[in-house]
Amino acid sequence: MKNFNGKVLFLDRADINTDEIIPAKYLTEISREALEPYLLEDLELDGFNQGMDLANKSVIITKDNFGCGSSREHAPWALDANGINLVIAENFARIFKQNMFNCGMLAVEFSSEIIGKIFRLFAGRSTDLETDMKRMIITIKSDEHQEEFPFSISDFDLALVEAGGWLSYADSNY
Amino acid sequence: MGKTVAEKIFASHIIDNPSGDINVIRLDAVFCHEITTPGAINDLVNRGKDRVFDPSKIKAVIDHVTPAKDSKTALQGKILRNWARRHKIEDFFDIGRNGVCHAIFPEKGFVRPGYTIIMGDSHTCTHGAFGAFAAGVGTTDLEVGILKGVCAFHYPVTIKINITGKLMPGVYAKDVILSIISMLGVNGATNRVIEFAGPVIDLMSMEARMTICNMAVEAGATCGICSPDMTTVEYLWEFIQDEFGSKEKALDKYSQFAADPDAEYDRIIDHDVSKLEPQMTFGYKPDLVKNVQEMEGTKIDQVYIGSCTNGRIEDLRVVAEIMKGNLISDSVRCIISPATPQVYQKAMEEGLLKIFMDAGVCLTNPTCGACLGMSNGVLAEGEVCASTTNRNFNGRMGKGGMVHLMSPATAAASAIAGKIQIPETKPVPEEYNEKF
Repeated sequence: MKNFNGKVLFLDRADINTDEIIPAKYLTEISREALEPYLLEDLELDGFNQGMDLANKSVIITKDNFGCGSSREHAPWALDANGINLVIAENFARIFKQNMFNCGMLAVEFSSEIIGKIFRLFAGRSTDLETDMKRMIITIKSDEHQEEFPFSISDFDLALVEAGGWLSYADSNY
Repeated sequence: MGKTVAEKIFASHIIDNPSGDINVIRLDAVFCHEITTPGAINDLVNRGKDRVFDPSKIKAVIDHVTPAKDSKTALQGKILRNWARRHKIEDFFDIGRNGVCHAIFPEKGFVRPGYTIIMGDSHTCTHGAFGAFAAGVGTTDLEVGILKGVCAFHYPVTIKINITGKLMPGVYAKDVILSIISMLGVNGATNRVIEFAGPVIDLMSMEARMTICNMAVEAGATCGICSPDMTTVEYLWEFIQDEFGSKEKALDKYSQFAADPDAEYDRIIDHDVSKLEPQMTFGYKPDLVKNVQEMEGTKIDQVYIGSCTNGRIEDLRVVAEIMKGNLISDSVRCIISPATPQVYQKAMEEGLLKIFMDAGVCLTNPTCGACLGMSNGVLAEGEVCASTTNRNFNGRMGKGGMVHLMSPATAAASAIAGKIQIPETKPVPEEYNEKF
């Protein structure tokens, strides 16, 4: 299973699309690792600095409809290449979410109230996150505050995370 | 209780139910292009599983960057080409015979009512126009599809959009779907299938229905679907006549996939388009839509006509009718990419290419081209494109560029005016567009 712990990058915007996550001009890369420098290169977000803001981050917390647009699995691959295996959002575009689990990565949905609370408590501060897959609890902490957030994913999505992705799962089941 | 189109298709394709509403379905076709397939091929090779579930059900094309623009895109084409040869995939379309995937595969008769189809391309929803369940997927889903012929989906929950009224002259399928995306929002149909129905859809050609279904994903939908009818049969007739003998028999078979009158929907939206004006987008999301009239006079630098949304022969006929005897404005450049070689050929035979060239259009080979800024027609920073494509995301056609989505008619009128221009509302001649 992949690692779902680490420092958090907050992206305070809805509808962040796959062209912003990884622009189409980089889809000519065959290797997944080659996508590493281009993650979020075209993100339209005031104050976002790709180099500084991505450094050492392992988790993204964002708003509504993350990953909308293209089917490109290069979006999760570019996240993975940057050591980011967990995205938390109000909800995801269908293909992006499926791609995350298909790669053995984790896409967790919280209500807009909880996402709003997390942004109020932690955004703008150095924030760490830990995921307990057994208890299904995400713990978020800064110097000033620590809070646990229970989460749920479907049994099927959990099976994909545990199997390391859809190919391994499908190959042993079909 | 009756069933929706997608429910009927699922009923005959489900092979497993691993948990909750997750269903693993059997696939009738897996479509492939050179951008998202090489990753799947390489991974299968690395895992020692370089196999395909059924070469006759896999269709492949090089369409996104063609001819190759550099060594990297040449390698992507090479990987797909060698793989198709290695596995005896007969329906592989290489340079000279290739076209935009969602235009060429239907044109070859590969999409049939009741089919289940996946492709590593979000606009795979286009093929729902035939009463098929067709969904865009990522490379891993594609890889499993290639290897096993299966894919996992949530049980389909459907939004029905009942499109009523009569379209005004100058208003087309593209305007209808832009108005629907504006109404639903970019997230309004996530994890839903959209069934397009009603008298306006009934009167539409297959090409117009493909334009509508093509953009279902811009509202987040898994698939856009139309119930199959005689129009579907007529379009497919050259491919199915031996199988059925008569059109009535074909219709009888395909009608089993039409939605039941008492099917259960997540919601039903009535959409009267009688007063709908030409539509266009104005920002970086496809649900940011205005009447073209409100945007008239907006500066543009480029006009792009083509793509899986609007690069088919009916689209080019509309464009030619507007461009005939006119010149593209000095202040803009206009690029037209006929979506397939057959479209190109027909446009040549009908004299459309001469009209375009006389007007000062740059004609390219069939390709996805400028739509996603991967090869030709890329915008410079600060430039604006009036485009018949389906996505206007920030940077989509080039970093710092702005894309306004619109119908071929509005794009053509704008090319001549040199700025955003509402198309003349004269009726389109009968012989150019039988359905409108």
